[in-house]
This record gives sequence, structure tokens and C-alpha cells, in this order.
Amino acid sequence: MIRIDSVTKRYPDGTVAVDRLSLDVPDRSITVLVGPSGCGKTTTLRMINRMVEPTEGTILLDGEDIRRRPVTDLRRSMGYVIQNAGLFPHRTIVDNIATVPRMLGWGRQRARKRAAELMERVGLDTSLAERYPYQLSGGQQQRVGVARALAADPPVLLMDEPFSAVDPVVRKGLQDELLRIQEELGKTIVFVTHDIDEAVKLGTMVAVLREGGRLAQYASPAELLSAPADGFVEDFLGADRGIRRLSFLSSAALELTTDAVVPADASAERIAASGARYLLVTDPDGRPLGWAEPGELIAGDIRTDRLLPHGRPFVPGADSLRVALDCAVLSPTGWAVAVDAGGRVTGVVSQQAIGEAIRAAHARGRTDQAGVAP
Amino acid sequence: MNVLHFINAFFSDGAHWHGYDGIPQRLLEHVRYTLLALALATAIGLPVGLVTGHTGRGGNALAFVANAARALPSFGLLVLVVLLIGFGLLPVMIPLVVLAVPPILVTTYEAVRSVDPSPVDAARGMGMRESRILLRVELPVALPLILSGLRSAAIQIVSTATIAAYVSLGGLGRYIVDGLYQRDYEKVVGGATLVAVLALLTLAVFWAAGRLAVSPGVRGR
Repeated sequence: MIRIDSVTKRYPDGTVAVDRLSLDVPDRSITVLVGPSGCGKTTTLRMINRMVEPTEGTILLDGEDIRRRPVTDLRRSMGYVIQNAGLFPHRTIVDNIATVPRMLGWGRQRARKRAAELMERVGLDTSLAERYPYQLSGGQQQRVGVARALAADPPVLLMDEPFSAVDPVVRKGLQDELLRIQEELGKTIVFVTHDIDEAVKLGTMVAVLREGGRLAQYASPAELLSAPADGFVEDFLGADRGIRRLSFLSSAALELTTDAVVPADASAERIAASGARYLLVTDPDGRPLGWAEPGELIAGDIRTDRLLPHGRPFVPGADSLRVALDCAVLSPTGWAVAVDAGGRVTGVVSQQAIGEAIRAAHARGRTDQAGVAP
Repeated sequence: MNVLHFINAFFSDGAHWHGYDGIPQRLLEHVRYTLLALALATAIGLPVGLVTGHTGRGGNALAFVANAARALPSFGLLVLVVLLIGFGLLPVMIPLVVLAVPPILVTTYEAVRSVDPSPVDAARGMGMRESRILLRVELPVALPLILSGLRSAAIQIVSTATIAAYVSLGGLGRYIVDGLYQRDYEKVVGGATLVAVLALLTLAVFWAAGRLAVSPGVRGR
């Protein structure tokens, strides 16, 4: 565990970058430092590997003051990823990744073999091994940056706005990749960003810092979204925090109805019996085909090409309430289609029913994060 | 016309190709002066430029010294040094080194300063020692610029080393000084041509050195 204990950084000109900050970074999890520019988040990160020395306070790594270790040893035990990757332009990709193992005295062959392994782990084609950084895209360079930081298998990973210089699509890919890698490797990651969405998506714990380097709130993303500590945090979270909070609520408890689901070969009685305003027509395997009003459906002669599109379905349990609500909002009928993992319809649910589920979840104060991808 | 005629006459005269005043001998002397002066100037300018560039300290003092050194006329300095310490190789080396240090020093300093700070930050953050950051990260990235500083220093030495002849030493300046004294313009033009050719060869050597020493990753952009 990394314990930041009432740390202050004051520069000679009197500027206070970090003000009596205390924070416990749990092992094998992603702790995100987030805040507007000038909130001291990068300074805090850089104090952990002693790129910046605190004016007051101590930082403990597994109970030991980080100042008691030689600074190069300390840094070699922490992977370091920065905004523009900071790759060495004169070295090939494989040599960039092998840098720390080589510094630690590994043989050339072993270091290069390890580098090739890491390229695969971060989703880089090994055919890029002998290229130079300028020949790679920004996203690829950032993957190399992550691979280089992981090369010597350090227990701690410090990441300073690693994904902010790439476009949103590539950024999402890199974020997903980081979560996947973290699932496999279980590093203690401290991650700095100014993007609250990124913080909520990646963080196990999120520390919101305000100008002047003071801690505004330190909580899990779900807690942050449901109970912001003050107006600053609330503003920083943005206008749609209620919606985003739904990412942490499971859709498993939604009450599905099958009354409005009819197969394409349904009888006239079956169509008439449902009583629903819209009916979802499924193929013989149970996969959704589209919506129609009961009056438009003629038994035995259902024209599947005339049906309204059924929209994107959700998987109860695997998807969050946010996804379910999104499906309902985007559906032409206002009803969301629920399917199982095989894509077969298990029922439909209305916006109203989702709204009730949200109210019920809030009432229970339950934040079921397990198994729900934000 | 005249110049080409002189050049042709100078190089086709068999007497100019052997003996202590022959072209091979004078060329060899000139190259020796050049290499010695360049080695001394590099030994002074390169480490100082690298260290000041890395730390970022002393940049102003550096610019002051370099400009002052540039303002010194090489020939005047040669005469002064000879008056002070007499004839020999040393009085020739002093003005040549004074001439060559500023371009090496200033270019090296600027080259290291202008290295992208991100790789340096990354190197430091992964626990690289400062000396290693300088030699393994900053130097290779700054190398094209550093080589250009060495190249202009080398070219200036090649052309200025002719002053050695004024203090009774050898080198290609011998032809120019003696030719002027003897009103033998064939010799003057021949000597000047050889100096020009040597300068071009120097350019070629530095081009080849750049191809060999600079990483394709730095050259490629």
C-alpha cells in the first residue's frame, strides 16, 4: 500500500501545489487522481517516485518511507507512463520496452524476449518490434509506453495523463486494454487524469482534488456519483451524474414481461390476447425481428420487412441500468428488448419499469458494482 | 581561364608531387593540424556543452564566452601568441582551438537543450542515472545537431590552418604564403584549390559519420 501522509509541496515562490494531502492507495487496484489543471494531481504522482520532493509530510510504500531507498531503486520498482509516451526516438520499439530490464542487468536476449511478450500483452503486433517510434501512431506509441513501464514487472504503476493526447476512439480502446491488463496483472496503479469520465471508468477509488492541491473527496466512483461531498465535486462531476451513476446499478432486478413478445408464426388469438400497444416479433430461434402494432399483424402473413426496428438489446445482469435505459430511450416504442447471452429474447421492459427500478435501487441505497461494466 | 590554367599547371608539374614540399606531404601536414586542433577543441567544447546543456545552467556565461572567442581574429591571435611564447606547433594550435571551440560548444549546448523533454522525463522516472540519461538519451537524440557543430568547426579549421605557414610550419598554407612571396600565382591558386578540396572532403566525412552514427529513428523524421 502507498500511504500519502499529510504531504505538502510549496515552491520557493510561495505557490502551494499540494496542501496537506493524505491518501491511502490500496494494493492491486486503480486509484485515480482527478481534478482541474493546477490542482496538484501530477505533482502528487511525481512525489511518489520522487521526481518531486515534498516540502512536508511523508510517503510510505508498504510501511517504509520512500526516502530511505536509493532513488533509482525506488523508480525502477515503479512503472512510469507519461502523456506523450516519451519513447526514446533513437531506439527501436523492442529496445524501448527492454530499457528497464537492461538497466537491471538482464541479458540482451532475455530482455528482448520479455519485450516481445509485453508487446502481445498490450495488443501490439510483434511485427512492429524493429520499427522506430516515429513510425507508430499516437495510440500505438502509448501502448509501447505502457509495455515499457511493465517490462520489469514492477508492483506499482504510475500513469500521468497517459491517454489524453489520443483521439476519443483510440482512448476508449486504451482504457479497455488497461482494465483488461489490470485484471490479469493486478498492479497497484496510480492514475492521473483531468477527465472525470475516465476517472469513473477506470478507478477503483477516485480522489478529486481542487485548486491549491487540496483533497475534495476520496471515494469509489459509485459513491462519488451518488453522494458528492460538496458543490465543487458536484460541478466537477457534470450535469449528467445521475445518468452516469446508473452505470453502477445492475439491470438484473428488472421485471421483464413476455406478454408483448410474439413469434413470427403466432396465431390470430395469440396476437389478439396480448393486449399490449406494441408487439415484439421474434424469429423461430427467439431472436428479435422488430416491433409492430397488433392491428398491423395478420396471423400467418407477418411481413417482417415492415416491422419497426427493435434497436440495440441489453443483457440483464451483464449490462447496467444505464445501458437498459439507453436501449429504452432509443427504442421507437419506448420499450427495451432484453436478450440472453445467445441473443434470444427473454422479455421486454418499458421506460416506466426502468424508472421504477432506478427509484427502488436508490431507495435501497444499493450500489451493486459486481459484474457490471460501466 | 587563367585560374583553370594555373590549376592545371600546378597539378601537372611532377615536381609538386614529391619531396618535403610535395602535395602529399603538405596535405598530410594540413590534415594533422586539422585533426589535432579539432580533437583539442572537441575535448573542450563537447563535454562542457553536454553538461551545461543537460543541467541548463551556465547558458548565458557560455554565450558570452563563445561570442568573445568569435570576435578574436585568428591571425592576430597567432601573431600575439608567437610574440609571447615563440614559434612552434602550440602557437598555431591556440588560435585554431579558439576558433573551433565556440561552434562546438554552442551547438552542443543548444542541441542538448532542444531534446524533447518527454523521453528525458520518462528516462528519469524509470530510474536512469543522470549520466546515463545524458549519454544514452540526450546525446543520441542531439547527435545530428552536434555533428553539424563539429562539421562547421572542422571546415573553419581546414581553411584557417593555412596560417601555420606564416610561422614557418608546413601545411597547405605553405603554397599560398610562399607563392604570394615569390609572386608564383600558380602555387597560390594550387594551394587554395587543395584547401577547398580538403574542405569538401571534410563535408563528405561528416556526412558519412552522420549516416553511421545517427540512429535511423532520429534521422527518419
